[in-house]
Amino acid sequence: MTGDRFRFPKVEFGSEEQALREEIRDFIREEKASGGFTPMADSWGSGWSPEWSRKMGGRGWLGMMWPKQYGGGEKPALHRYIVTEEMVSAGAPCAAHWVADRQSGPLLLRYGTEEQRTSILSRIAAGECYFAIGMSEPDSGSDLASVRTTATKVDGGWTINGRKIWSSGAHRSHYMIALVRTAPRDMKARHAGLTQFLIDLKSPGIEIRGIRNIAGESHFNETVFDDAFVPDDMAVGEVGDGWRQVTSELAIERSGPERFLSTFPVLTELVRELGPEPGERDAETVGALAARSMALRRMSLGISRLLDEGEAPEVAAALVKDLGTRFEGDLVREARNLLPATAASQSPDLYGKVLADGVLHVPSSTIRGGTNEVLKGIVARELGLR
Amino acid sequence: MSDRIVLDTAERILADLCPPEVVNDAENGVWPAALWAALEESGLTLAWVGEELGGGGAEVGDGFDILKAAGAWAVPAPLAETLLAGWLLEQGGLAAPGGAMTVAPVGAADNVELAVGMLSGTARQVPFARNAGHIALLAAGRILLVEQASCALVPGTSLAGEARDQITFDGVRPLRSAPAPEGLDRDRLALVGAAVRSAQMAGALSRLLDQSVQYAQEREQFGRPIGRFQAVQHALADLAGEAAAAEAAADAAGEAVAAGDFGPAGIAAIAAAKTRAGEAASKGAAIAHQVHGAMGFTYEHSLHHRTRRLWCWRDEFGNERFWSVRLGRLIAAEGADALWPFLTGSHAA
Repeated sequence: MTGDRFRFPKVEFGSEEQALREEIRDFIREEKASGGFTPMADSWGSGWSPEWSRKMGGRGWLGMMWPKQYGGGEKPALHRYIVTEEMVSAGAPCAAHWVADRQSGPLLLRYGTEEQRTSILSRIAAGECYFAIGMSEPDSGSDLASVRTTATKVDGGWTINGRKIWSSGAHRSHYMIALVRTAPRDMKARHAGLTQFLIDLKSPGIEIRGIRNIAGESHFNETVFDDAFVPDDMAVGEVGDGWRQVTSELAIERSGPERFLSTFPVLTELVRELGPEPGERDAETVGALAARSMALRRMSLGISRLLDEGEAPEVAAALVKDLGTRFEGDLVREARNLLPATAASQSPDLYGKVLADGVLHVPSSTIRGGTNEVLKGIVARELGLR
Repeated sequence: MSDRIVLDTAERILADLCPPEVVNDAENGVWPAALWAALEESGLTLAWVGEELGGGGAEVGDGFDILKAAGAWAVPAPLAETLLAGWLLEQGGLAAPGGAMTVAPVGAADNVELAVGMLSGTARQVPFARNAGHIALLAAGRILLVEQASCALVPGTSLAGEARDQITFDGVRPLRSAPAPEGLDRDRLALVGAAVRSAQMAGALSRLLDQSVQYAQEREQFGRPIGRFQAVQHALADLAGEAAAAEAAADAAGEAVAAGDFGPAGIAAIAAAKTRAGEAASKGAAIAHQVHGAMGFTYEHSLHHRTRRLWCWRDEFGNERFWSVRLGRLIAAEGADALWPFLTGSHAA
């Protein structure tokens, strides 16, 4: 079966998991009722709320898998999965902590120095410390290995020069983990000479310029490094080992529930609008969308379990992200044509509002974290075609 | 949930005895006797019948693994139908006879009546009826075993060239009869049938992917294998995604049946599986044919062994529309605030 190539093992939830889920649902219900948040599509990407992040941190829902000495909860990956899927499906504003909790923290835990872990992880877990991703550059998008930002060795550290782009939330984040070149490009060894640095975004020589997106938000940025100094102890992992570290982040980055549930609030509000006795065509569309989401969830959960078992299922993750992000777009397209509603961000009704969130954010789903064309290439390589 | 031994046995038998020639011959009326004998001897055909009733007594989940393998190899015999018939007989505590079986009625519009011990009515498009020694019947609230030879049969064929015959039961006396247990009705039979076809589709799609990848690696045009072209690579990546999604959905449906869950969660898992696998069948078969070019459109090439079956199975026991409407109505009845809890409470997880 496909299981021979892409394995998605079954995940079963025990009573502890069920209790966690209920606890989160109660919290979300209360917050929604008291105006703590209004559901939105793309809430993990666009819903920046330090207040929400601190609330989650206070409940032990961030850094859940990390050792207790660093503020973590020593829980299995499945617990974090439950928290994230409950938050994203509800449209709760999780953008502030998202990158730090999902990948920067785990990266530091795995490759960082003791000093880095001690000083930063517990603040992430408390929902107080936010990270930006420093991978793409103006001339390096899908072809990440072509990055040109350099780190030059100087006494006691490195000077960084170059530009990082699409760094979501950099203007409101404390740190960026940037992938930069510590040795000249070698066309024969394209993945060599790259290093990840932990960069304090308040350091001198760093300018962060906002880039307005099509939804009108100043959400992502261009971050310019002009002789920015980074001390030696801020290198993450081995100098020159950056490529391997970056790719190990990708299975986590690409397979989570945020890769197929970003527009789920649109489906929820659509069901509300359609009422208890929908017409046949409406029921058919809702049912078909639900069917797709159920299959995706099973696959995504399967990858979470493989990660728990210490595997790095990068190819299966690429496959799920390709399918899942296309589903996010299809959901919005199919939902909008069922009702005579007009999508508008200022819409008085929630359906019109989440639909607008969905329409305006969906173009980024199939680009961020690896374009679907790159992902299909990764799958094709696994199939033996490249 | 799988017992590796059952699956390995099925795979070994199918690899040995179900080559493309056997599938072609079957379409031309040659019963795959060696294949069937091996399947029967290994106990695979009656995996869903308890040992005390003459069956193999395997886990229900193992049966779904057998079905995926059967779909992958395009088994041109009523393996799925015999399993399903066995499941039905088991529900009534009826002993299973040996040999091939099928199930009726399968069409929602067909009805068979029972009065003073005699049957009446017609069931259409009964799979492999002419090849089956016995028919397991769900009629008048009872589970019945009927000898095929005592019924009137009008042959018909599916898109895949498999038997889909019309059977008239007028005046036939069942061999065995038992009241159907509480809850076992035509709807439940359709649910299990949909889960069965979903598993077969998942298996067929998986093999369709292998076959298409292999062809793209071998077929050269413009001086290189066509699989080197990005357009073809992306099409095959899409096929891989469809196959994986169909399997995930089908596994969830199989687990619902294995758990005996025919409540809203189980129905949702099965409805989602038939919908998703049917969708994957359409998309996947189209991609496989496009990759194979004109060669795949010939009868000589074995691609159609799977694509024609996929086109047949996506219609049977309810098509995508039927099941997605059902799922959509279930969701609507639960309401918007219950949508997410409903989807996560099902066997999708």
